[in-house]
Amino acid sequence: MMAPFPNAMPVEGFMGGLLIGLAAAIMLLGLGRIAGVSGMAARATGIADSGAPRNVAIAFVVGLPLGALLIAQTVGAVNVNFPASIWPLIIGGLLVGYGTRLGSGCTSGHGVCGLSRLSPRSMVATGMFMASGFVTVGILRAGGWL
Amino acid sequence: MTRALIALVSGTLFGAGLAYSGMSDPARVQAFLDLLGQWDPTLAFVMGGAMLPMAVAWVIRSRLSAPLAAPAFDLPGTSTLDRPLAFGAILFGMGWGVAGLCPGPALADLAIAPGDVAPFVIAMFVGMAAQRFVPFSSQKPKQAGLK
Repeated sequence: MMAPFPNAMPVEGFMGGLLIGLAAAIMLLGLGRIAGVSGMAARATGIADSGAPRNVAIAFVVGLPLGALLIAQTVGAVNVNFPASIWPLIIGGLLVGYGTRLGSGCTSGHGVCGLSRLSPRSMVATGMFMASGFVTVGILRAGGWL
Repeated sequence: MTRALIALVSGTLFGAGLAYSGMSDPARVQAFLDLLGQWDPTLAFVMGGAMLPMAVAWVIRSRLSAPLAAPAFDLPGTSTLDRPLAFGAILFGMGWGVAGLCPGPALADLAIAPGDVAPFVIAMFVGMAAQRFVPFSSQKPKQAGLK
């Protein structure tokens, strides 16, 4: 019998999720801030004028690839599969950059931090970007682009 | 210095969690959004796992008058549901679906597949800058004269 979801990694997903939650908890209790990647990235690059102190934002953003590298060096190669064409990356990047700034957050700020806080704005935002993602990929699938 | 170090630890744990959970793989994230294809529920387990430490952290936060290493909490205080929030989330969701990437995994992937993720990261910062200089107007022109 075939497993219902052959590619799923529930255990690694849950454990990795715990690490992400721990990271966000350290930011909240240590520095009193939301560990929102889009906000930190905008602040680190100087695109945003307000938000976390510059050195805090830069240190957090630098930590992201550092942590991934740590996993690659200790646990083993991190498997990533990118779209074959560059266009989904460019179009996706533009929409993600514009949308996360306009909507004041992404999967980390609204999703992880806001949902766990039961913030009404974050619950609405997360519901909407999830729904938008499902519809977008559904259209790509139906149109034969995936 | 201490604060930057705490932020570095937080970012590093965050990036490690993304890589370990499979969320740095655009194909896996896109597969979560692909209900009509070979659906991969992993992202739901990641969100579930992340909720637990944060649920505890919000309870602890309610008993603290200040964070442990900064003078005061600096948290979003607004609860207004407005059009920028909705339109921003919709646009973000579209980009997330098209590329299978959101900001955290994209930045984490700079250490895993820099050449592959670079176009996304560059476009993302262009999009962020564009929002600052070409902001979305939530006000109707007729309201601009008010106040």
